Amino acid sequence: MEHKIVIPTKDKMFNMGPMLSLTPGNIITYILLAIGLVVTIVRFTQGIGAVSNLDDYQPWGMWIGFDLLCGVCLAAGGYFTTVACYVMGMKQFSSAARPAVLTAFLGYLFVVIALLYDLGHPLRLPYMFFFPGTTSVLFEVGLCVATYLTVLFLEFSVAPCEWLGKKFPFLLTYRHWIEKIGILLTIMGVCLSTLHQSSLGSLFLICPGKLHPLWYSPFLPMFFFVSSMAAGASMVVFEGMLSHAGMHEYMDKKHLSQSAGVTLSFSKAAAMILFSYFIMRTVDMLVHGNVVYLFSSYGMWWLLEMFGFVLTPAFLYAKGSRDLNVPLCRAASVMAVAGIVLNRFTISMIAYNYDLPASDRYFPNLPEIMVSVFVVTMIVTAYRFICYHMPILYEHPDFKEHD
Amino acid sequence: MNRRKFLTFMGTAGVVSALGTAKVAEAGVHTFPYYDNGYGVLHDMTRCIGCRQCEAGCNKVNNLKKPDVPFTDVTVTHKRRRTTTTEWTVVNRYDLGHNEFVFRKIQCFHCNDPACASACFTKCYKKNPDGSVTYDDTQCVGCRYCMVACPFYIPTFEYEEAFDPIIQKCTFCHNRLEKGQLPGCVESCTMDALTFGRRKDLINIARKRIAENPDKYLDYIYGEHDAGGTAWMVLMPKPKGMPQIATGNAAEAAPAMKKIGLDTHLGTQPMGELTYGALGTVPMIISFWPVIFGGAYGMTKRREAIAKANQEKAVAEERQKTLETVVQCIEKEQGKEAADKARAAMTAALDEQDAKAEKGGEDK
Repeated sequence: MEHKIVIPTKDKMFNMGPMLSLTPGNIITYILLAIGLVVTIVRFTQGIGAVSNLDDYQPWGMWIGFDLLCGVCLAAGGYFTTVACYVMGMKQFSSAARPAVLTAFLGYLFVVIALLYDLGHPLRLPYMFFFPGTTSVLFEVGLCVATYLTVLFLEFSVAPCEWLGKKFPFLLTYRHWIEKIGILLTIMGVCLSTLHQSSLGSLFLICPGKLHPLWYSPFLPMFFFVSSMAAGASMVVFEGMLSHAGMHEYMDKKHLSQSAGVTLSFSKAAAMILFSYFIMRTVDMLVHGNVVYLFSSYGMWWLLEMFGFVLTPAFLYAKGSRDLNVPLCRAASVMAVAGIVLNRFTISMIAYNYDLPASDRYFPNLPEIMVSVFVVTMIVTAYRFICYHMPILYEHPDFKEHD
Repeated sequence: MNRRKFLTFMGTAGVVSALGTAKVAEAGVHTFPYYDNGYGVLHDMTRCIGCRQCEAGCNKVNNLKKPDVPFTDVTVTHKRRRTTTTEWTVVNRYDLGHNEFVFRKIQCFHCNDPACASACFTKCYKKNPDGSVTYDDTQCVGCRYCMVACPFYIPTFEYEEAFDPIIQKCTFCHNRLEKGQLPGCVESCTMDALTFGRRKDLINIARKRIAENPDKYLDYIYGEHDAGGTAWMVLMPKPKGMPQIATGNAAEAAPAMKKIGLDTHLGTQPMGELTYGALGTVPMIISFWPVIFGGAYGMTKRREAIAKANQEKAVAEERQKTLETVVQCIEKEQGKEAADKARAAMTAALDEQDAKAEKGGEDK
């Protein structure tokens, strides 16, 4: 398979063929991007109200619930993999680090881009540095996301340097320095991730009256952080499945030989994290005396989330990794990722404003959903562009590691 | 160090530490100062008839957009209305049961330590010494976290505005207070349902009213302690047939308060304090996580180094052992001289081989 990898050379820098050909996948991509562009124009000329169902009762909807909360959480693979690989020295995962860092970088970049749709004054985003509201959890989130995006950019920038290095040799000197401070960046990454992954949960600590007691807890930050670890491990497995389906020919021998091991080991980790997450949430529910709420419709929803989308994937992961069953692990990863999305949707939308009458409740409208679809399509497109040009799924022959 | 020097030293240290403690105690923990002398308004629901004159007054003094339904139409109070960008206060009718209907005025409560101000990440909100909570749009990013944070659903956002959407909310007529005028709504109330005054006086007035008419009022001043205390407070009538509650008991007041749309489960702490614990972990994580992960990295590196050294040692020992076995064989058969020669030759050959392998590795 290795011979199929197109490594751009000095004379032929671009490899746009796979993205421009009229395959069904590409056509759908073009259509979604076109729709997204139209919605974008409407949003920035007519206002937020013209393209969303957001109102005074529900100031944060789909864009925060999905693009921000899920986006950041599902990008947790970046810190999770780099810590396993570089800090804990699990060299057998080295081929998983670059795709994970790339996903994290794109995830955070597009979180910020999606945020611009949601903000009333998107151009004033840097104001948080000039008028820092230090008592606000959102300030901490903003500061950490901004810093972590920078860290991820530096971590990721090694790949474009290898791509463009032949043409612009100074990039190789830069790459060398980034390699030198790699471990520093990894440790900064895990600190910043711990802070803002948990802070996304802390955002909701301020509104105990609005969030249903089954989800409101003083330990929300911890739940968000622990579930982000599970999301990180799950996303590596989930994404591995997708890129095997779509970009198999861009993987080198090392990546292919490590991939089953990566899936099984990360599944084992995810199983353990999900089990502990299940116990944490259950104990929290019990000690806060919330058992009475279990016999309501929200209780049913809580049980569905906990048993259907936390405990079930945990068991599937455990069984899959024990039986060396890669397809089962992948199925578990789909469920686990769905469970994380479900949890973030519940906290930001479904169980938020639970006490309001149905007529005042929120449901996202089509343009709003299309913006989120647009953002995901852009991430996938950017991911493909980068994998077709830069050494992500393969090692560049000029920069092979000795080990 | 002699005894005298030692005592001087200890004394100085004691004074310094005492001063330090005093300073910390003085600094306090509240980020938003609670202005003891601030103003407030007491809304006595037993006097309110739902005439909407306060809404009209607010609309007039703040130059808000005229509503489609005139303020004389009081049937709109039967609907569940909330504050909007052009209606900073609304009066709604609530059903207490037993055919008993009451009216409550909704507007910003002007918390002592406001959730919106704590949540704002660009410091747009300000608690003023006169008791009002005001918002300055010039540095607002439009994130709407204040709306998420507000336990009373007060701030509203101009979703229809494309280029300069801002938050709109009751200002307690801060600009009028500065000129010595009453807030628009208070001024236009004909029923004396809104009493303006210093917050601490209003609490005494409310207590007195409850004491004088214990059967008329529910013994709970909403806003006295709720959400850390608010400048605007509400007195509600005791629903018919309901026994009087213990003074200020939030749990007992809850069922009645819920009927008029007020939540007594917010707690007595300012809402922002609920996030301070989480924010407090930030310095701990920043200072301790690098130690944990740096330590883990150090351990990994050391483990790798030890493994490598052990492997090299094992290889060298194995080599020496093989060599000795061969040499012993030779010594037995051909004597000591031949054995020494063989040892020297074999060592040289092996060293050369090692050097070659090392060079090859580098080339690779």
